[in-house]
Formats: sequence, structure tokens, C-alpha cells
Amino acid sequence: MLESLSSSLQNVFRSLRGYGKLNEKNVKDALREVRMALLEADVHFRVAKDFTKQVRDRCLGQDVLESVTPGQQIVKRVHEEMTELFGGAHTDFNLEDRPAGVMLLGLHGSGKTTTAGKLAHYWMSSGKSVVLAACDIRRPAAVEQLSTLAKQEGAACVAPREGDTVPDVAARARREASEQQADIVIYDTGGRFQIDEDLVHELEEIREAVQPADTVLVLDAAIGQESVEVARRFHEAVGLTGLILTKLDGDARGGAALSVHSMTGCPILMTGTGERPEDLEPFYPERMASRILGMGDVVSLVEKA
Amino acid sequence: MASWREALRKTRRTVRRGLGTLFGGGRPSEEAVEELEENLLAADLPARLAMELVETAEASGGDGLREGIERRLIEELGPAAPVSWAEAPRPMTVLLVGANGSGKTTTAAKLARRAAGNGRKPLLCAADTFRAAGTEQLALWAERVGCDVVRGQRGSDAAAVAYDAQQAALARGADTLLVDTAGRMHTREPLMRELGKISRALEKGREHAPEETWIVLDASIGQNAVAQAKFFHQAVPLTGAILTKLDGSAKGGAVFAVRRELGIPLLYAGLGEGEEDLAPFDPESFVRSIFEEDDEGV
Ligand SMILES: Nc1nc2c(ncn2[C@@H]2O[C@H](COP(=O)(O)OP(=O)(O)OP(=O)(O)O)[C@@H](O)[C@H]2O)c(=O)[nH]1
Ligand SMILES: Nc1nc2c(ncn2[C@@H]2O[C@H](COP(=O)(O)OP(=O)(O)OP(=O)(O)O)[C@@H](O)[C@H]2O)c(=O)[nH]1
Ligand SMILES: [Mg+2]
Ligand SMILES: [Mg+2]
Repeated sequence: MLESLSSSLQNVFRSLRGYGKLNEKNVKDALREVRMALLEADVHFRVAKDFTKQVRDRCLGQDVLESVTPGQQIVKRVHEEMTELFGGAHTDFNLEDRPAGVMLLGLHGSGKTTTAGKLAHYWMSSGKSVVLAACDIRRPAAVEQLSTLAKQEGAACVAPREGDTVPDVAARARREASEQQADIVIYDTGGRFQIDEDLVHELEEIREAVQPADTVLVLDAAIGQESVEVARRFHEAVGLTGLILTKLDGDARGGAALSVHSMTGCPILMTGTGERPEDLEPFYPERMASRILGMGDVVSLVEKA
Repeated sequence: MASWREALRKTRRTVRRGLGTLFGGGRPSEEAVEELEENLLAADLPARLAMELVETAEASGGDGLREGIERRLIEELGPAAPVSWAEAPRPMTVLLVGANGSGKTTTAAKLARRAAGNGRKPLLCAADTFRAAGTEQLALWAERVGCDVVRGQRGSDAAAVAYDAQQAALARGADTLLVDTAGRMHTREPLMRELGKISRALEKGREHAPEETWIVLDASIGQNAVAQAKFFHQAVPLTGAILTKLDGSAKGGAVFAVRRELGIPLLYAGLGEGEEDLAPFDPESFVRSIFEEDDEGV
């Protein structure tokens, strides 16, 4: 994942090797290429612009220009800046309540239902008990999908009954979870576009009914420039506590990952890296930045300069 | 049904914002040019194409600029390529492929409805035997649009299900078989190979099948669309593309890259979740609606 960004950036750093001593012009040239690489990786254009500007400012300092290993200094600056973009430190779910509530929401087909199953798997394998709440009553077979996943994981699943509204289902799931002394309730909601007021209203109703500690946006990592807008609108409409990025296994770019935190302030909690229940990982900003920059490789490359 | 204009209103807003100044005539200011660039990028136009258009804008003046950019973009998309259900071969098999969650199942149902509306007898095949409730979803859709469906068991061999469906189509006199497959990442080789297997199973059942293999692309994906489409094209030669979720997305610009790199025609646009929300892809309206003056004066 993110290979194409990674390889473009490594090319840029490799070219810096040819410069010998750095000056304002070759830093600028290199950063123009960095900006193009970021744009081609779907990093939001504003983030790409700010990012390259920050790095430039950091790189044009005397300590970098006069360093004996200026290329390495630049990589280091880019790495620091990128870690910041990803959110700095790792953030976890808020699981203090009992039952703790986690509401999942997002665009159509982003991976909410699959992620609900994965989270159940994740928490249940550390000994917690989980209840899944099927709060998508619109899409054909959405409830069957979640209940199949629940059965697979051995989690309880609360499905809508005849005449139930979505908040009814959510409230019943919460009640049953309390009675069973379950640790966590995961609410799977229907796919929606942020601009659809009815559906945003429905999310608000669910939230009022069950007051989940976490309201998490599930975002497909392959989403283009709109990722930021989507996250921002959901954040404005319902107040997000975090994000889960899905489908990072197949996405060679994933600029969304680099854009959403800085534009919304919401932490990335986890990433989905496949279709199976175990394909979910906690997100660590620093590790992700190192991975993209292929730190080991780049540093050794630049050292040869 | 949602109209093109309505569905793309958001896109138009994003892109047009900076163009008032530019299109007004006279030499564009530096800020106007920068704004043009940002707006084109925001619409997911490939970065290189956006830069190229920006350079043209800088070089020329404001006069005729809008027409120039429009013409250029329409050219990029190639001529309209409507599906002619009346003239398409009978029987015909259409294989639908694409990434996870792109809209294949929903589109399969929408296509069945269109085929039936054009005097054909469609049959749906639920060959997504992988995802939980993948076949149930299509079965429910089939009921809704009044079409028969052949479905496999979860975990069964998708190619075998497709083969059976083809036999069923022949036996029942259905002239249009629409095969819905499981979503897959283009980077997963075994899953991509499975597509080839499905395609060959169809051919084994009837020579020349599948006549069409369409990729279903989500309009909100960015530059990854090209990589996706290329890998699918290698696995099963694509004959067309369908762009879904154009109603909610502010973008759609990734189609330019797909069209340029693969040369396959854009057939339909998905404009909503309902069974009727599928419109023939019309390059001119698509581009025009990007630049059109808004009634609300936005
Ligand atoms: N490769 C891969 N596929 C994923 C991942 N997460 C989800 N998917 C797939 O994406 C598709 C859509 O997932 P769903 O969980 O149904 O998405 P959803 O957001 O619930 O969809 P709607 O309820 O229709 O809006 C399915 O084919 C999943 O298997 C992931 O991390 N990697
Ligand atoms: N607004 C809108 N939603 C759409 C459109 N097409 C599909 N959807 C929605 O997108 C989500 C995913 O659609 P599916 O048809 O299940 O996608 P899929 O490609 O079959 O998904 P997998 O089989 O899991 O890979 C559903 O919630 C659909 O209702 C469209 O054109 N507009
Ligand atoms: Mg779902
Ligand atoms: Mg499907």
C-alpha cells in the first residue's frame, strides 16, 4: 500500500544525491516533484501545498544547508512533517463506559459492516464481549450481512423487528447489552452521503438514543480529493471522535490517509487491510510515515551522496 | 430519476468557483490561474492533465478559454458510446467486475431493469459467493426489479455458479445474462485470477460469452482508478466502464485518466441508489455540466 507515493518520493530523494550541496533552487525543484507525487497519490491539494511549504521552510534553515548530509536532513524533516500529518501519536477508542458504544458511519460501500465484524473479532479475541446492532434497514440484505458476520464471530446481533425505526434498534441493542453485561456495542449504520439531511438526522437520532462514546467515520482509502470534504462534513454534522481507513491493502496511493487528520483534527484509529475478520490494525502515525518513506532505504541512499 | 445537471451540481460548483474571473476575457491573474489549478485538482482530474490545462490558460488569454478547456475535456472522453440493447446480440452475457463496494450488485439490478425495459429477457446471476449476504442482496434486488436470479451458496465456486447460470439462461430462453461478481482489490492476484476463471467458465458454456465485461467504478475514487482499471483489464479484457455514485460525489475527474489510459468507452453513470438511477454516460453533458453556469448563480 502507498507504494506509488513511496517510490515517487524515493526517486526525489535519490535525485537530491546528484546535487552535492543544497541551495534554495534545488530544494525548490525537489519539492515541486514532491508536491506532484503527493497530488498523484490523492493527497488533498491544500495539504500538499502546506506540506511542501513547511518542509521547504524547515529545509532552508542554515543547519540543513550547511550540514554535511543535507539530503538526510531533508528526509528527516519530511518524516517529521509526515508523522504530524498522520496525527502524531496513536489514539485508542474510548471504552470506559459499560457497555461502551461505538457507532460506525460513512459513505456507501466504504466498509462499515465488514469493519463492524472486524472490530467484534478484534475485541472478542482480547476477551471482551461484543453486541452488534444492525442499524441499516434500507440496503437489501444489510441486516443478513451483519448477522452472518456476528454468527461467525460468536457475537450477539440485534436486528430490527417489524416496524422498528433505526433508533429503536439501537436503543434495544444497548439495553440488551446492559442486561447481558456486555463490554461493547457496535452500531452499524446505513451508507449515506453527507449532504443528505434526512440521513444525517437519522445518525443524530441514533446518537441521542444511545450516546456512544465513539462516533467513527469509516472511509475508503482509495477516495480522491473529496476525502477531506467528506470527513469535514460528517464531523460538522455529527461530531466524529475518530476515523477508520479501509481497503489499505489494495490501494497503492491512499492520499486520504495523509489528508484527513490535518483537515479535521480527527485521529485515525485503525486501518483495514483485507476482507477477513482479522484484517484490522491499530494505526501508528510514526510507523506509517517510516513505511512510506522507506526510511532505512532512503537514509542509506542519501548517505551515499 | 436524478438528472445529470442535478447530480453533478456539486462538481460544477467546485470547479467553476475560480473560473468566473478567468472566463471573463482578458489576461488571467496569477491568483485566477492558481484557483483554476486548485479547482481542477479538487475535481480529481489527473494532476498532469490539470497542469496542462493550467499552462494553456496561462499562455492564452481569457477569450475562448472556457470553450477551449471544455473541448479539450470532451475530446479526452471520446465519443458517447450508448449501449444499444435492441441491437446487442441475443443471447448476450455481461460480466460485471470491480473493486469492493463500488456498486456492482446495485448496478446489476439497474441494468436488468434497463434490459427488460428495452424488450429483453434478463437473468441475474449472483456469483458473489464470498461476502456475507452477497447473494441475498442481489436476490432481493431481483425481486424488486422483477427478474429471475440464479444464486450460489456462500463459499461455493463462483465460476461454477456462473456456468450454471449460463445453462439456466439458455434453458429458460433468457437473452441477457448479467453476472454480479464479488468485489476485489486489483492487487490481490489469486482473486484477479478467479475472474479469468469465471470468464472462461462462461465461454465454456457458450461460445463468445461473455460478450461484454464491464468494470464498475466508484466516482469518488481518485487517481487509483487507473491502476484499478488496468489490472482488471489484464485479468479480463474490459469492454466498457460504468461510473457509480456520481450523485453524491463532488468529483468524477478520475474518468479522464481511465478513458485516456485504457480507451474503453464509458457506458453508464450511477446517479442514486434506486433501480432507475442509471443514465447513459454522455461526455458532453458531463463536461458541460462541470462548467455550466448555475441557475442559482453559484
Ligand atoms: N480489500 C478490502 N476490502 C474491504 C475492506 N473493508 C471492507 N471491504 C470490502 O468492501 C466491500 C464493502 O464493504 P461493506 O462492509 O459491505 O461496506 P458498507 O460500508 O457496510 O456498505 P453499505 O452498507 O452498502 O454502505 C465488501 O466487499 C467488503 O468485503 C478492506 O479493508 N480491504
Ligand atoms: N448514491 C448512490 N449509491 C450507490 C450507487 N450505486 C451503488 N450505491 C450504493 O453503494 C453501496 C455499495 O453498493 P453495492 O452494489 O453493494 O456494491 P458492490 O460493488 O456490489 O459491493 P461488494 O459486492 O461488497 O464489492 C450500496 O449502499 C449502494 O446502495 C449510486 O449510483 N449512487
Ligand atoms: Mg453496510
Ligand atoms: Mg456486491
